[in-house]
Amino acid sequence: MAPMLQSSQQWVEKYRPRQVKDVAHQDEVVRVLTNTLETTSCPHMLFYGPPGIGKTTTALAIAHQLFGPELYKSRVLELNASDDRGINVVRTKIKDFAAVAVGSAQRQGGYPCPPYKIIILDEADSMTEDAQNALRRTMETYSKVTRFFFICNYISRIIEPLASRCAKFRFKPITEEIMSSRILHICKEEGLNLDAEALSTLSYISQGDLRRAITYLQGATRLFGSSISSKDLISVSGVIPQDVVEALFTACRSGDFDLANKEVNKIIAEGYPVSLLLSQIFDVVVEAEDISDEQKARICKRLAEADKCLVDGADEYLQLLNVASHVMLALCNMPEELNYES
Amino acid sequence: MLWVDKYRPKTLDQVIVHQDIALNLKKLVTEQDCPHLLFYGPSGSGKKTLIMGLLRQVFGPGAEKVKVENRTWKIDAGSRTIDLELTTLSSANHVELSPSDVGFQDRYIVQEIIKEMAKNRPIDTKGKRGYKVLVLNEVDKLSREAQHSLRRTMEKYSSSCRLILCCNSSSKVIEAIRSRCLNVRINAPTEEQIVKVLEFIGKKEGLQLPSGFAARIAEKSNRSLRRAILSFETCRVQQYPFTSNQAIPPMDWEEYVSEIASDIMKEQSPKRYINLREVNGIRRVLLTPTNYNLDSILRILLSTTRLFQVRGKLYELLTNCIPPEIVLKRLLYELLKRLDAELKHEICHWAAYYEHRMRLGQKAIFHLEAFVAKFMSIYKGFLITTFG
Repeated sequence: MAPMLQSSQQWVEKYRPRQVKDVAHQDEVVRVLTNTLETTSCPHMLFYGPPGIGKTTTALAIAHQLFGPELYKSRVLELNASDDRGINVVRTKIKDFAAVAVGSAQRQGGYPCPPYKIIILDEADSMTEDAQNALRRTMETYSKVTRFFFICNYISRIIEPLASRCAKFRFKPITEEIMSSRILHICKEEGLNLDAEALSTLSYISQGDLRRAITYLQGATRLFGSSISSKDLISVSGVIPQDVVEALFTACRSGDFDLANKEVNKIIAEGYPVSLLLSQIFDVVVEAEDISDEQKARICKRLAEADKCLVDGADEYLQLLNVASHVMLALCNMPEELNYES
Repeated sequence: MLWVDKYRPKTLDQVIVHQDIALNLKKLVTEQDCPHLLFYGPSGSGKKTLIMGLLRQVFGPGAEKVKVENRTWKIDAGSRTIDLELTTLSSANHVELSPSDVGFQDRYIVQEIIKEMAKNRPIDTKGKRGYKVLVLNEVDKLSREAQHSLRRTMEKYSSSCRLILCCNSSSKVIEAIRSRCLNVRINAPTEEQIVKVLEFIGKKEGLQLPSGFAARIAEKSNRSLRRAILSFETCRVQQYPFTSNQAIPPMDWEEYVSEIASDIMKEQSPKRYINLREVNGIRRVLLTPTNYNLDSILRILLSTTRLFQVRGKLYELLTNCIPPEIVLKRLLYELLKRLDAELKHEICHWAAYYEHRMRLGQKAIFHLEAFVAKFMSIYKGFLITTFG
């Protein structure tokens, strides 16, 4: 027997703002877009900023508010990184969609329904440069009937000609108060019990990413029921407990290589993700007061190199051991051998 | 049947090691629904066992009736069709596969299979729609594109399909996927836990365990339960009744690496050229070959070098399918045991350096050998400065 599927929605979807004015904390964008709703005139747009702060939400909300549910399908094209987006798609799919003319402006059922279509390109920074180049002309040719919304994390990955054709909006990271108020709102709706400590833990581990915060909250609720402590949240998020980082650091301070090696072995056996550990070591190092600037610089350099190696797929144990050894050298003021550079 | 399989816990209630995690997993699926899951942890820690237990919990005993299938997927990629062959393990409600087996075209597999599963979803007796579970192994070996295409497909087909991802290190899984899953960290069992399991098996098999014997196996197992059980069984085959000081046979490849380590500690020399006198000797032998003479050629060739010999041994390991990064790690472990403290930093730096290179490069042997050569030069330099 196959189990039944309950309609338990992801909270991220459930509490996604449906209207532009509900989008938290992004005042400029909201002002411009509310204006758009009134006048129905709209430039090409480029939204950029870190993940989980409402870029896609805003774009979807404005599209819905402009066209309403009926026309939405025929007027809005949504493409993101999981769809194939090579140069071929730009040449065929986007162009075909853009080329279709639309009727004149008529208000339908309370929606403005302006006489153009919207193409939303989510995660535009993962498009190839060729594909972006192919878009340049398309944007201009069909600018009468089509508006483009680009959404990306890194504006530097969008080629200049595209960026200059758009009105750019930077989405600000969400402040702690706004995040707390949003989380508390959800807790109230879902009947959850969240104390102040858990709340601050949640905003610390999600680092300004509201989507992540909500996902963690939902995960914790599923596992631990309706009253959630900060420990539960940490175990769901996979953040490494601070004492593990501290233990590694103490081992490095001692200047005993074998001790550090043992500590590294323990961390690997516990299965903590090393890339996360590196960034937590980084936090500790930067904030530590008893480490001189030069030592910090030496450590950070190593952390950066190890991170790059991990991205390339290098072995976690060896990289962590290497970092530990260099942290030890730096902390104990031992000179690094000159012949380290290959 | 091997003990490893015989005593693998079948349900979440039977597990000995990760009881707290099993309990949480049970709670998670009591509502007959589960989020996407990502299991990560070192090998031999019980990820697979927990996943199978979870499937059984959700689908009942039917989840164990799996059939192995070797399917060819025809994938239409724009202008051409690609044929991909992949082995899958499937039951009525779940499919298990390692998409990284097909190499760089793993993206198509991911998309195609999920779509296929979404198409024919199971319907239960009440006519309600159920969901299927897709278990993906070794997600950390998936290419970036495959991972990126996974993120949207996960959301799109979430009504009919749940993913259970399984990997060794979650560092190599992109953030976007990690944030869409409930992450479950499976730590390696502690030595006490391994001892507990070994004693459990010993009792079931009706064996007499001398005190401290299980602890010794656990200590040698590197906190991998699978390995502990395997070596326990090996001991049983070798000698029973057990004696408390019975030797626990190490893996033969580890012995071999240890041998290599001693070799390169003993002497550091690259291949030297065969000199003229020896060339003449060889020529003479080749004119009148006898067994005795041919042996002497071999002796000349072998006597020349240490690095050259090590290369042969490394090749031997690689041809026996020991993964190169494991060889390197083990070699480092053996060397660190034998070294002075001041050299350790440098050696571990180079081990990390060459392992990274190995990952980027084509042939592992180059980098293994480079590491050995680097070690030799550093060690020789060290010997000369200390002892003159």
